Amino acid sequence: MSEVIVITSGKGGVGKTTTSANIGTGLAMLGMRTALIDTDIGLRNLDVVMGLENRIVYNLVDVVEGNCRMKQALIRDKRYPNLYLLPSAQTRDKSAVNPEQMIKLTEDLKDDFDYILLDCPAGIEQGFRNAIAGADRALVVTTPEVSAIRDADRIIGLLEARDMGQVQLIVNRVRTDMVRRGDMMSVDDVMDILAIPLLGAIPDDESIVVSTNQGEPLAGTDTPSGQAYLDICKRLLGEDIPVTVYDGGKSFISRLTGFLKRA
Amino acid sequence: MYRSRRVFGNRSGEIARKRLKLLLVADKTNCSPEFLEMIKDDLFLVISKYLDIDRGDMEVGLTKAFCGREQIPALYAAVPVDGSLIRGHFHAVI
Repeated sequence: MSEVIVITSGKGGVGKTTTSANIGTGLAMLGMRTALIDTDIGLRNLDVVMGLENRIVYNLVDVVEGNCRMKQALIRDKRYPNLYLLPSAQTRDKSAVNPEQMIKLTEDLKDDFDYILLDCPAGIEQGFRNAIAGADRALVVTTPEVSAIRDADRIIGLLEARDMGQVQLIVNRVRTDMVRRGDMMSVDDVMDILAIPLLGAIPDDESIVVSTNQGEPLAGTDTPSGQAYLDICKRLLGEDIPVTVYDGGKSFISRLTGFLKRA
Repeated sequence: MYRSRRVFGNRSGEIARKRLKLLLVADKTNCSPEFLEMIKDDLFLVISKYLDIDRGDMEVGLTKAFCGREQIPALYAAVPVDGSLIRGHFHAVI
């Protein structure tokens, strides 16, 4: 039974694309046949985060318009045999696709994949409506900041109004040191405000920048965020793993040990 | 800065949490700050008939409250009485 999951947030820049790339990679590592779809038409980014930007021939709009077959547009990630990317179009805009076409597209993919992940564009306009149209489940990404949480709340309202099956929360860029000294809302605070179930918490981790620079998602690697993303993937597969807020390497102790290592 | 924040109350995480709680309910109910000011004015007029209160110390806002297992928007009013630190809280469901 395959599942279509949309990764959304409302606000831009909170980590939707990074989260999509890492959850996709993690699910493929765990043996799931996974398709990642970049639905941000006009501003494609998932390809470059995945490191697959040089292999694009056809894109989502080509598939929808019938310029190519689905198999021609899907890029296979050579690092993980189960992982495919359907890139977005860079030279078109959001009106090139409508929700009905997106439903058909995700339905077609269900035959070949266990998980179909849709990376949603920021905002609540047509791009958002396209992305959520075919989804069975939604993951709302937010950071512990007032603006991101406000937008996440709005998105949750819109998802619930559209009868989205399961809506779960991912809190990104958590800094345990700031939470500890009271200068950042905790994961529990965010959960309490948004009142939806938590799927996972990702620490603010420098390795994410390095990973994006290299075009290599870090799910499953020995980094705080890599572990957090793998935990999320296992929870998606139904494993009961308690949420751990891994330390992003900015605490006093880790700074001290880092300093001592350098010295 | 550290000291001033200690003296003047909450750390910024707590401030963010409180602001968001009010903001989200206001967003959902289309309830503007002016509307709350109007309620505050009327509350002040009524309560000041019976008690010696200061309008500047009053807090009126929207929050979420549990009604059984369900969270519902609730009007929140804190009216310090007689300038002392005693705070009267009451909730009215809107």
